[in-house]
Amino acid sequence: MSLELFLLLAAALLAVGLYGALSQQGVVMIMMGLELMVNAVIVAAAAFWFHLSADRPDGQVLVLVAITAMAVEMAVGFAVATAIFRARDVDMVDSAADLRD
Amino acid sequence: MGEMVVFMVCAVGAVAAGIAVFRVDSMARATFALLASFVFTGVAVLLLLDLSYLGVLIILMMVMEMLVMAVFMIMYMMNPAGLTPMAMVHNRRGALAVSVAVFTALAAGIWLVPWPEAGAAPPPDPTESLGAALMGSHMLVMVVVGMVLFATMVAAVVLATDRGRYDRYGDDLRRGAADAPVRKGVGR
Amino acid sequence: MVETPVWGAVAAPLLLAVLAYGAAALAALLRAHAAGAAPTAGLAAPGREAARLLVGQRRSVPGADTLLRQSGVALVPVAATMAVLVVPLGGRVVGDLSVGVVWFNAMEVLIWAAVWLAGWGADSVWGLLGAYRFLALGLAYELPHMFALITAAVGAGSLRVGDIVAAQQDVWFAAVMPVAFAVYLLSALAMAFWGPLDQAVGRDVAGGVAAELSGVDALVLRTGRYLMLAAASAMAVPLFLGGGAGPLLPDWLWSLLKTAAVLAVLVWLAHRLPTVRVDRFVEVGWVVLLPVTLLQALAVSVFVLLEWV
Repeated sequence: MSLELFLLLAAALLAVGLYGALSQQGVVMIMMGLELMVNAVIVAAAAFWFHLSADRPDGQVLVLVAITAMAVEMAVGFAVATAIFRARDVDMVDSAADLRD
Repeated sequence: MGEMVVFMVCAVGAVAAGIAVFRVDSMARATFALLASFVFTGVAVLLLLDLSYLGVLIILMMVMEMLVMAVFMIMYMMNPAGLTPMAMVHNRRGALAVSVAVFTALAAGIWLVPWPEAGAAPPPDPTESLGAALMGSHMLVMVVVGMVLFATMVAAVVLATDRGRYDRYGDDLRRGAADAPVRKGVGR
Repeated sequence: MVETPVWGAVAAPLLLAVLAYGAAALAALLRAHAAGAAPTAGLAAPGREAARLLVGQRRSVPGADTLLRQSGVALVPVAATMAVLVVPLGGRVVGDLSVGVVWFNAMEVLIWAAVWLAGWGADSVWGLLGAYRFLALGLAYELPHMFALITAAVGAGSLRVGDIVAAQQDVWFAAVMPVAFAVYLLSALAMAFWGPLDQAVGRDVAGGVAAELSGVDALVLRTGRYLMLAAASAMAVPLFLGGGAGPLLPDWLWSLLKTAAVLAVLVWLAHRLPTVRVDRFVEVGWVVLLPVTLLQALAVSVFVLLEWV
């Protein structure tokens, strides 16, 4: 398996995730797009590790950091969504924009 | 040959499931499509990239995460079961254009960049090298990740809870036993 | 450890099915005994019940998400079977993974998805209630369960199940880490939504996740529960009970005997104990079980450093 194919898979996942994060209105759906993008990072990091520097652990550490980032993103995202919803009964990002005033 | 088949199945499965996330009406199906996408990547990482620990960890974590996500989906989305289809999107065309452009740019980069020739062979036990790195040369990463996770737990609870100490112990904090919604868990 | 991927992949699920049938028969026997009927009738009861469900008509409510419901129901036995692939029997194992403990954990977590899907897909308030109850239960038992598994792995210095068995040559881990063993048994009940932790299919919510299942679906879910219980019992043997170690009898027989003993204890416990409310168990899980498993892990780590294990 070549590195290029894995990177292409990562690019495809990133593009799909980006589309979701940009086009969706629900907070939860946007988070799903973000998760797909982090998934792409995981694939790319693991492939780089295997094909370019398998003797060093850095690639694996990067995968672990990406997994952690995903967990953190989800926990804080849901907490913020809960807080916004509780404060103003809003679950769509378009409506949450008026938080600025 | 066998590896190629596994890769194609996992790659097509992961991307197709990822696309399905934004195509299906039912939120439950969207959540589990995302989970399928993660499981396909996990299997690819596990079988093709020799990372047995990280591959299984991705599957383990994502199942739990997606189940928690399913709860919030149903709590916050207007139409969780998708029984009356409705569009919850904005600027679909623009988003599509941006993501296609990003993919094209990345794909071009992938084929144009002269990647170095294959490096060293993987160690006999990648899990051990990861553990040794986290507890040795990359200790700082472990420390930061631990602190970030702890801070996340505290922040998420603070943000999400609506009951503070004044609800539990009264306005002057003089109530002896906390007024908790659930009683008799550990003998209160 | 010798890997036997081909015939082991057939034999392991068969053995698991035999154990599961035994568990079902024992449960029926205990129920018959409690009801004052002839206990021997319990031996054939699971077979009769299975035949009844096989010919029973499948029903569904309008709006049910059949795809999700059926994948959820089917996932229960599949997860149990996949989990047992890393359990050694007499020096043989289907898949000798270097991360066997994590694999078992991951397969067991699939039950979360399975139960939730089965409950949601049925389009019934009782099913969804049961599904949510199981998620709450999962959040309560999963972390202590993980720390119990990690404690065994720390004691052996390896995530490979074979190495954990080998590390118990002198003393079983059940004696070194009794708290981890007890928590493991408790979580074994939880992951098969069995006994005091069977809120997901509780009688007070009309059968919960199983409320709308009928015919073959109900049979698969119930079989899956017993398989999961048997798989969890089978994993307890290499993790805490020294694997196949024992006098006179061969290794594989000892493993089977120990598995059957653990399984019998779990079935008997479920028969004796009333169902616990989930909200109370969540508090117990986070306030009691999590700290004690952490202390247990700390104690075992110190033992390992002092080379007492």
